[in-house]
Amino acid sequence: MKKNGVKMIKINSKNVDVFYGKKQALFNINLDIEENQVTALIGPSGCGKSTYLRCLNRMNDVIDICRVKGQIIINDFDINDKSCDVVRLREKIGMVFQKPNPFPKTIYENISYGPTIHGMAQSKNEMDEIVETSLKKAALWEEVKDRLHEPGTGLSGGQQQRLCIARAISVKPEVILMDEPCSALDPIATAQIEELIDELKKDHTIIIVTHSMAQAARVSQNTGFFHLGELIEHGSTDKIFKNPENKRTQDYITGRFG
Amino acid sequence: MLLGFTSYYFGRKKAYSIQATNTRLTALPQFYGYYLAIWCAIPAFIIYSLWAIFEPSIVKLIILSDYSNQGYLDDELNLIYEKTKSLSRGQFSGEITPYLETSAEKYLNLRSIAQNSKVVLILAIIIASIVYGYKRISSNNRTREPVEKFLNAVLFTASLAAILTTIGIVFSLIFQTIDFFKVIPLFDFIFGTHWYPAKAFVRDASEPLDPSMYSDTFGAVPIFAGTFFIALIAMCVAIPIGLMSGIYLAEYASTKVRQYAKPLIEILAGIPTVVYGFFAALTVGPFLKDIGTAMGLEVSAESALAAGGVMGIMIIPFISSLSDDVITSVPQGLRDGSYAMGATKSETIKKVIFPAALPGIVGSILLGVSRAVGETMIVVMASGLAANLTFNPLESTSTITAQIVVILIGDQAFGDPKTQAAFALGMTLFLVTLSLNIFALRVVKKYREKYE
Repeated sequence: MKKNGVKMIKINSKNVDVFYGKKQALFNINLDIEENQVTALIGPSGCGKSTYLRCLNRMNDVIDICRVKGQIIINDFDINDKSCDVVRLREKIGMVFQKPNPFPKTIYENISYGPTIHGMAQSKNEMDEIVETSLKKAALWEEVKDRLHEPGTGLSGGQQQRLCIARAISVKPEVILMDEPCSALDPIATAQIEELIDELKKDHTIIIVTHSMAQAARVSQNTGFFHLGELIEHGSTDKIFKNPENKRTQDYITGRFG
Repeated sequence: MLLGFTSYYFGRKKAYSIQATNTRLTALPQFYGYYLAIWCAIPAFIIYSLWAIFEPSIVKLIILSDYSNQGYLDDELNLIYEKTKSLSRGQFSGEITPYLETSAEKYLNLRSIAQNSKVVLILAIIIASIVYGYKRISSNNRTREPVEKFLNAVLFTASLAAILTTIGIVFSLIFQTIDFFKVIPLFDFIFGTHWYPAKAFVRDASEPLDPSMYSDTFGAVPIFAGTFFIALIAMCVAIPIGLMSGIYLAEYASTKVRQYAKPLIEILAGIPTVVYGFFAALTVGPFLKDIGTAMGLEVSAESALAAGGVMGIMIIPFISSLSDDVITSVPQGLRDGSYAMGATKSETIKKVIFPAALPGIVGSILLGVSRAVGETMIVVMASGLAANLTFNPLESTSTITAQIVVILIGDQAFGDPKTQAAFALGMTLFLVTLSLNIFALRVVKKYREKYE
């Protein structure tokens, strides 16, 4: 949690407000994300945790009516600034979605997609290597190494999600955003992904949105609790789960609402 | 009708009254109403139809029985019967014999008896069946199933009618085509390069058929070539424009633009093809000719280019609207996945969305092709009727559909090779568009399954 007593802050958000049309979805979010740690965002449905997550790689740009205000500083740079290159930003900040969404291409092409558009490989050998490392890091290599050129959509749900994780890490992002990555998976696949998350935090900063309190407690070092568009409380997972300061956090964690 | 409503009312009322006595019904009261209405209508309708079918022949039998012993031939008997009928209507102008007069009176008599007894019988049947149906309505009688079965039967009949019509048309095509190929060898039709059906006009219908006369008349190669050539020109116009506007609508246009632009493009599909036809013949054709002359080219006023180009414009809305639909139905997750990898919009479209939507797009293109192949008016008006075997887009050429029009305009004789040639062409066209449509639907379906 602390390196030599000093927290390494990867992402620093200041006064972030998000609006969908006239409706405000997030109110004045101030949250620091620590480097090489897993940060879990919890809260009831519609509380804005996914919206916040999508602010971090500007995925809200895709939605016409969505406006984001405030500063989100990553590597000393405000990503909401006009000069920010979204393509570079998303190369640095990968994302895994709720529902596995492999492209209708082969497993190999799914992984090579990112490196190709960012021009990361000079030769076929290099690309092969990227694909292999990514799949290995996503703990999928052993299962698919003999059928790299079969469609990615033919894999099981858990394998598809790991393929998506492999796709995300193929461009060596600094941060990986995960939006309820296990909600469409069975317990065994979920356990595999959670194990993987723990492994990935060595090289990446991970932010995971989850509905499962147990999952947040299992995988994360830090936790933020959102409610009705506000960040109610954040801190170390231990503290949030054992000794929350806010009454609402306590109620949510003990299952009294939400 | 009135009886139907009344019986519905009574049936429901009875059901309510049963309900009122605290017995639980097996179906909603309406079903009892429908049940009774069906009981009222169906037997009566069946009897009425049978009556309508058999009444004339029975009357005829009775009338002609008077003449049966006088050694008339069948034809003469028929004539007598016809005379009787027209006399009874007061429209007879020939010589009136006393025999005929008695027959006519008898005929009128019989008709009025039949009329009256028909009404009485039908009413009796209606009432009887209503009473029967009414009696059957009791709380433990099931009315829902018969009503549902009846509806099922009605809907089945409706779809059967459509299917039977199709089968009928196909068979008439097949038989006429077979007749045609008895005179004209199949080989000559498919591989002959000279199409000149006007030659067949010369024949006097009273002369016997002489197949050798038709050699070199019905060689369909020029019109097959013309058909595919014009369709090709049309698709060269329609595919790029249609596809690009489809992609624009689906991916780039804001909701507001899309809301207005899509119906506007679809208006193109609503323009009657005749309008396109004279647009092509009177505006585009001469325009191309002028341009061609200015450039020193020999351009016919009726050119394949004008017809094909305008046909392409006609097909744009099909392709753009269908491909817009398939692109929109590509799951948002794929787009998000691609954007999240840092892909730009055009990269996402090119590498993820387009491949994912490709089967559907191919399907829409094939449907467009089958429209182009089957299109008639534009070709008739803009590209001329002479079946030249040419691949010069600036010359006039003709298509299967246009030739069918040429053959069937004016007087035709059934059983004549000229008319049958139209059936043979129609058959060919039908086979081509049918296989295109089946193929297109297959492709579209395969694509649908992938994401559902």
